[in-house]
Amino acid sequence: MNTRITAPEEFIFCTRLHLSELTGLRASTLNQLLHLLQKVPGSSIYHHTHRFLQQHQYLSPEPPNDFAFWVTEILGEGELGEQLASIDTIQFSNIRALRECIIETIEQHIKAHQFAQLKFAKEGEEFHFIKSVSFVIPTAYKASTLEDFSAILKKITVDSIYFHVFESRLRLEKKTNDFSFWLETSLHEKNLADEIARLDPYNQTLEDLRMNIIGIIERGSGTNND
Amino acid sequence: MIKKIEDYIPIVGQSAVDDVRLIAEKLKGKVIQNVNSTKNGGGVAEILNNMTPLLQGLGVDARWDVIQGEEHFFSVTKKFHNVLHGRPDEVTQRDFDIFMETSEKNVRAIDITGDIVFVHDPQPIALINKKQNNKWIWRCHIDVSHPHQRVWNFLMDFIVRYDSAVFSAPGFSFKLPIRQFLISPSIDPLSDKNKELSSDEIDAVMYKYGISRKKPIITQISRFDRLKDPLGVIEMYQLVKKYVDCQLILAGGGASDDPEGMEVFAEVKEKAKKDPDIHILLLPQDDITINALQRASTIIVQKSLKEGFGLTVAEGLWKKKPVVASHVGGIPLQITHKHSGMLCYSIQGAAYSVKQLLNSPAYAKRLGENGHEHIKNNFLITRHIKDYILLFLSLFHAGDIVYL
Repeated sequence: MNTRITAPEEFIFCTRLHLSELTGLRASTLNQLLHLLQKVPGSSIYHHTHRFLQQHQYLSPEPPNDFAFWVTEILGEGELGEQLASIDTIQFSNIRALRECIIETIEQHIKAHQFAQLKFAKEGEEFHFIKSVSFVIPTAYKASTLEDFSAILKKITVDSIYFHVFESRLRLEKKTNDFSFWLETSLHEKNLADEIARLDPYNQTLEDLRMNIIGIIERGSGTNND
Repeated sequence: MIKKIEDYIPIVGQSAVDDVRLIAEKLKGKVIQNVNSTKNGGGVAEILNNMTPLLQGLGVDARWDVIQGEEHFFSVTKKFHNVLHGRPDEVTQRDFDIFMETSEKNVRAIDITGDIVFVHDPQPIALINKKQNNKWIWRCHIDVSHPHQRVWNFLMDFIVRYDSAVFSAPGFSFKLPIRQFLISPSIDPLSDKNKELSSDEIDAVMYKYGISRKKPIITQISRFDRLKDPLGVIEMYQLVKKYVDCQLILAGGGASDDPEGMEVFAEVKEKAKKDPDIHILLLPQDDITINALQRASTIIVQKSLKEGFGLTVAEGLWKKKPVVASHVGGIPLQITHKHSGMLCYSIQGAAYSVKQLLNSPAYAKRLGENGHEHIKNNFLITRHIKDYILLFLSLFHAGDIVYL
């Protein structure tokens, strides 16, 4: 594989920084959580299913989403917590579908365990709905070749990796992550694109994800600059 | 020495600093005017002291003004502070009148120069009366999860006229007609209070205050304020002392906007009686001493009854110390129970955790190390600057996804 082939379109690395916006909405019971899940903006569902990825990088793999954490730790509904934590977020291509899956999981649990509705969080331990406001900024890093692409991946922020892998696909509703899209459409590296798309990014830290993507590219291109 | 953003690269990495530079560029031409009620003492002044020069170094025209007030004004604002934190007290019409009289003087006296005016806490809140076509943000640093309704309603008349509000923890927010953001405060890892110290420097401080390091040391660093529950900390220590021979340090300074401090200090002295293992230190603004006391400690405690955020928790964790702290205010954001510290609800609960940690040093060490990582990722000044710049930019961009 020639790592110096130049793509007709450059890959512009963007970074994404976020600010947490409070909604003032809070739930103390499963029914309240369910009710608010149906009405909060998609940016709130996104926040609570992705916050842990960035805030607790050192705790991964398998960071829980906030809903799973709350029903387990605060309401003591471990079984529901496990079901929510194991929702395979990567299979959803938009927030709407992810929201529906979370709602359905809770509804089914309530049907099967009527007493779960009676549990409530004590004062100070309510679930607070927060939204994620994203600021997307192009960085100075641009790649035209596989070699450049791999070199830049080593030095960009984890926020940039996060944006191109998570946010771009799910929140901006693209069908795949930005890296795979560019590799396939601009460099015609379908195998590399598929291999990166097959990674489950929810199951590793962002630093591990960075190393895995770089590893795929270097193995695929037969280069290892280390 | 004035710190520069590059000085933080060895701690947070080149790329995090690059991000801050990138967004700071977008604020070019805007004047950010901070206003609070004191230059010295307390967490707000400390953050502004650290942050203002850093923002200026990034090319942001950040300024900082302080309102003026007599002692009777600050007695009223302290009363407001206490009742907003849920402490019972009688608030009279005279208190509101005093607040408004001084506020009106400040409205007349202060020169509003900011494109963005960033008002910190309730004391200067009425400056919003001077709002014109610029943007105004109210930054609430205190725990208002169960506020005194009359005082809160009084403040609300001002709050709703701001463009945005900022709170330190989700539990402090209510439904508001304006945008509200969650921004945690931060510590500065390069400040005198948090920078690395040599063993000699630590030993010198301990020698100066006559504190031996032969027995384990439990420390609470706080202003002498009832909401920090220093008397409860002494009771906690007495429960631990029955089983583990240890020492207690209660150390802190005063703030110029807190007239109640000396009264509480006297109560603490009385409660400690003559126990030679209780060290009560009323310190002038001396960050190196605080740093050394924290580093010499075996366990850091923050047994507050209410807490806007509790930066001493972040300071302790940054120094890789096991921390036992109350489940109040912003503290649960800093500590995940049994993972990066211990949370407690009572004197007995705090004593139980302290005993457990004194008896299990390996576990205590692990909590401290996890805590350090958590603070590094989420509560350093570089993250705080980034959040504030995004907050300022949000005033000019609607929507949940903003392309800059």
